[in-house]
Amino acid sequence: MRWTASTCNTCGLTATEPAMGLIDVTATAHPTGRLRPARGRRRPERRALRRGSVSAMPTPTEQPPSYEASPDDLRLVKALRNGDESAFAELVDRHHAAMVRLATSYVRSRAVAEEVTQEAWLGVLQSLPRFEGRSSLRTWIFRILANQAKTRAERERRTVPFSSLTPDGERPSVDPSRFLGADHPANAGHWASPPRRWEEQPETSLLSGEATAVVLAAIDELPAAQREVITLRDVDGWSSAEVCDLLGLTEGNQRVLLHRGRSKVRAKLESYYDETGAR
Amino acid sequence: MNDHDRGELTCREMVELITDYLEGALSEGDRALFDEHLTRCDGCDGYLEQMRTTIVMVGRLSAEPVPADVHRRLLHAFRGWKRAGGEIPSA
Repeated sequence: MRWTASTCNTCGLTATEPAMGLIDVTATAHPTGRLRPARGRRRPERRALRRGSVSAMPTPTEQPPSYEASPDDLRLVKALRNGDESAFAELVDRHHAAMVRLATSYVRSRAVAEEVTQEAWLGVLQSLPRFEGRSSLRTWIFRILANQAKTRAERERRTVPFSSLTPDGERPSVDPSRFLGADHPANAGHWASPPRRWEEQPETSLLSGEATAVVLAAIDELPAAQREVITLRDVDGWSSAEVCDLLGLTEGNQRVLLHRGRSKVRAKLESYYDETGAR
Repeated sequence: MNDHDRGELTCREMVELITDYLEGALSEGDRALFDEHLTRCDGCDGYLEQMRTTIVMVGRLSAEPVPADVHRRLLHAFRGWKRAGGEIPSA
């Protein structure tokens, strides 16, 4: 399958396309500071799929995205250049929280992420004369942020909490013991222990602060590259093309990272609901 | 003979393909296999629902206002930048 051809399923990187920030992130996953080999670490499941009937990904999604500044972007840039404070306030309201979230993927401390984001805003103002509208204003702002966060993370390498150094193992999305083994006569690979329906969960518990805390903690535990992608895609609502543009990922790599992140968050929620039962 | 050789997907494979499915990245043939499996497998249908709910719940994390002091500090910085003058090119 196309999406395994050049992708390391451990970190989701191709060997030929170092993604902005992600290389950094990969390096932090190895205390030696050496980068993890980007090839040849495929999960058995995927190998099996490649042998099997699932084949040939459509190629159009692999084309590089192109996002130019919108009329609204140009309006804001013009207002900023004219010193319009309300335009700046509008941008801050729109993006600050998401920027802090993204910065957290690099620096791992909320306080430092906040600091880096505030510095990034100054960087945005300084760089305004160089905005050419060849990417969306949002992507441009987040790129400045990512660069600053990366620089800061390099400086603080030694202070990165150990939890973020845990390399992402090669675990499948769902515990293999949940499926019938290969030796099962008729239904190998089918659910032995199927997921319980969450629809039976009272609506209130899906909305509870506790469940939200579970989601937050699950995202926090993700390897940085997965955290970046799931945060931009599912928390901040970016399109896959925009995420690829910002992080320098192919669509395929972006999906691998998204898949691993989402699968782990789902698993944490499932454990939580199974523990609490229907209440 | 396993399902794979019969041109079907196992549940174990389904859970690894689910994001490609939701992202519309499966080939037409694979998508048909995926859909076909869903129609006869309550477990995978439930799993898909769980994944959709997960995405919705992750999306709820976004409503986070900018702290007032941060807002103030940034606007203060903006005024400083503006006063520095030379930095502001004519639009």
